[in-house]
Amino acid sequence: MHRKEPTSRVVIKFVIAIIIAIYVLFPFALVVINSCKQTADITANPIGLNGVSIGQLMRNLSDVINNSNFLFWQAFGYSVLITILSLVLLALFGSMTAWVICRNKTKWATLIYFTFIASMIIPFQVVMLPLISTFRDVGKFIGIPMLQSVPGIVFAYLGFGGAMTVFILTGFIKGIPYDLEEAASIDGCRPEQVFFKVIFPLLTPVITTVTILNGMWIWNDYLLPSMMLGQNGKVKTLPVAVQAFVGSYVKQWNLILTAALLAIIPMVVLFLFAQKQIMEGMIEGAVKG
Amino acid sequence: MNEASGSKKMLSLICLIGGVVLLIWSLALDFMGTKAGYRGALLVIGIIGIIVGMYLLPTLKYHRTLIYVIFLFPLLFAFVVTVIIPLFLGLFYSFTNWNGIRYTEFVGLANYTRMFKQPSFLWSILLTTLFVVFNMILVNLVAFLLALLCTSKLKGMGFFRASYFLPNLIGGIVLGYIWQFIFSNVVTQIFKGMKYSMLADTKTAFIAIIIVYVWQYAGYIMLIYITGLNTVPGDVLEAANIDGANAMQTLFQIKIPMIAPTITICTFLTLTSAFKQFDVNLSLTNGTGSLMFMGEFLTNGTQMLALNIYNTAVVENEYAFGQAKAFLFFVILACVSIAQVRISNSKEVEL
Repeated sequence: MHRKEPTSRVVIKFVIAIIIAIYVLFPFALVVINSCKQTADITANPIGLNGVSIGQLMRNLSDVINNSNFLFWQAFGYSVLITILSLVLLALFGSMTAWVICRNKTKWATLIYFTFIASMIIPFQVVMLPLISTFRDVGKFIGIPMLQSVPGIVFAYLGFGGAMTVFILTGFIKGIPYDLEEAASIDGCRPEQVFFKVIFPLLTPVITTVTILNGMWIWNDYLLPSMMLGQNGKVKTLPVAVQAFVGSYVKQWNLILTAALLAIIPMVVLFLFAQKQIMEGMIEGAVKG
Repeated sequence: MNEASGSKKMLSLICLIGGVVLLIWSLALDFMGTKAGYRGALLVIGIIGIIVGMYLLPTLKYHRTLIYVIFLFPLLFAFVVTVIIPLFLGLFYSFTNWNGIRYTEFVGLANYTRMFKQPSFLWSILLTTLFVVFNMILVNLVAFLLALLCTSKLKGMGFFRASYFLPNLIGGIVLGYIWQFIFSNVVTQIFKGMKYSMLADTKTAFIAIIIVYVWQYAGYIMLIYITGLNTVPGDVLEAANIDGANAMQTLFQIKIPMIAPTITICTFLTLTSAFKQFDVNLSLTNGTGSLMFMGEFLTNGTQMLALNIYNTAVVENEYAFGQAKAFLFFVILACVSIAQVRISNSKEVEL
């Protein structure tokens, strides 16, 4: 039996929740409003609606999209390409590695597993400087440029995302009964068939979690792409492009906020469609990691 | 049957031998110093050839081991090249006068002793410590209160949860610029008494970074607390209710002790992420801010450790020095997070 809450308290809670929501969403509203203004209107009154027009939004958008420092569609395309490639490869190679670690009870597998776990505490700053020089040398050696290139950065994300991916996947695979694999083996499946036909399809929920966690990180990451791709390279991700663009337009707030709007929209649209999965994925990742 | 396995054996041998030949050919080209662009392609095809050959090798006995090796190879290779090798190279470089490309002499501990004599670096350590402490307390407090709000029966709860979480979706660089706009244009407009932007003064700029950080991170931590609070069994709360416990007693004597593991996770997350904070720091203030510290005039008043390391190496071109700082950063982070987990775990056992 729950004591019924008095109506006044329910109302107060609701009002508090709304006030907080307004505070949290206010910056987003400001971005939208001010992307529809000229600089003069913004400095005169950044909160009001004076000077807001769809025509001005279109002008700002076309200014930003075609700007040679930003090149929105190109940066967006590279961001999508790099994120998707990294996510697919991380999910595939990560589950392969995690499966071997779970099913191979030698000291090598244990060593690899603990090396992965221990490496999760290493901050990126410690490895970023030698990483660039290593990648430069490796690129020169094999004749495929590893810096300022898509394969190079995808490779780096494989290396840096691997530890957490394997950690979460191993936890899940341990819970899959071994009998299942034995039965498949007796039916004449080879080990690789056991993995791809029996185990891999069972991993869908945990791969979703891992993909969401890695996706949020890779899409928003700034330091790694800025180090590996450079500010002036041909290949740029969205955060790097935003930084390069803002650096070249001091205090042109209508253009800067329009650029911010363009960078925000893809993530918000995705969130509207996959809200439940994203929030659950983020929670699971935190609780297991 | 025999014929099939025979042809498979042939195919496997062809792949293996072809792979090795291509591999050696491309490496030979490399050592002869040709700039031929196709040597990279040869190398990759060679490695794929070897892997396919290994896979097709008709040994029943070693097939499982071979599959394990092939499965481990891609991720482990990437991991070793991007994390393990740079880690040890970095440790080595921090004892030299490395400039990002090559080093000429071994300088021993000079980089390490030098950083403790640099007031701007010591200030960064102090500032980061303050930032981490404030954030751990504030983010957890705000997130916990939000979680309590969102777990009490409330209309439109799904909407509130989603909107509180929304800032966490956006990258720190973009958020930093949006808030730079808000602090320098909007806040001064709303509070007419403020003559200058909060970002213009070191102390208020530091508060500004904390505000942005709590705004961004509290929604995420809130989600974890909500999950924790939902695991508190309903019958326990009901029993407390029947025994006449009021809301405060239920909170402090049942809910908080029962979600101790969640509190450990959340403090760990806020600790490590605040410690590594870089993006918002770069785009909101870029570390600027003047102050007097240890008798010297500093211009990096809001520069956290991560940004200090980045600027030392990339902007000032002192790679070895930056690398040494990065190692100290790593050691501090490792010690603090291990200590935090230890302390939290011992508390959990007591309860």
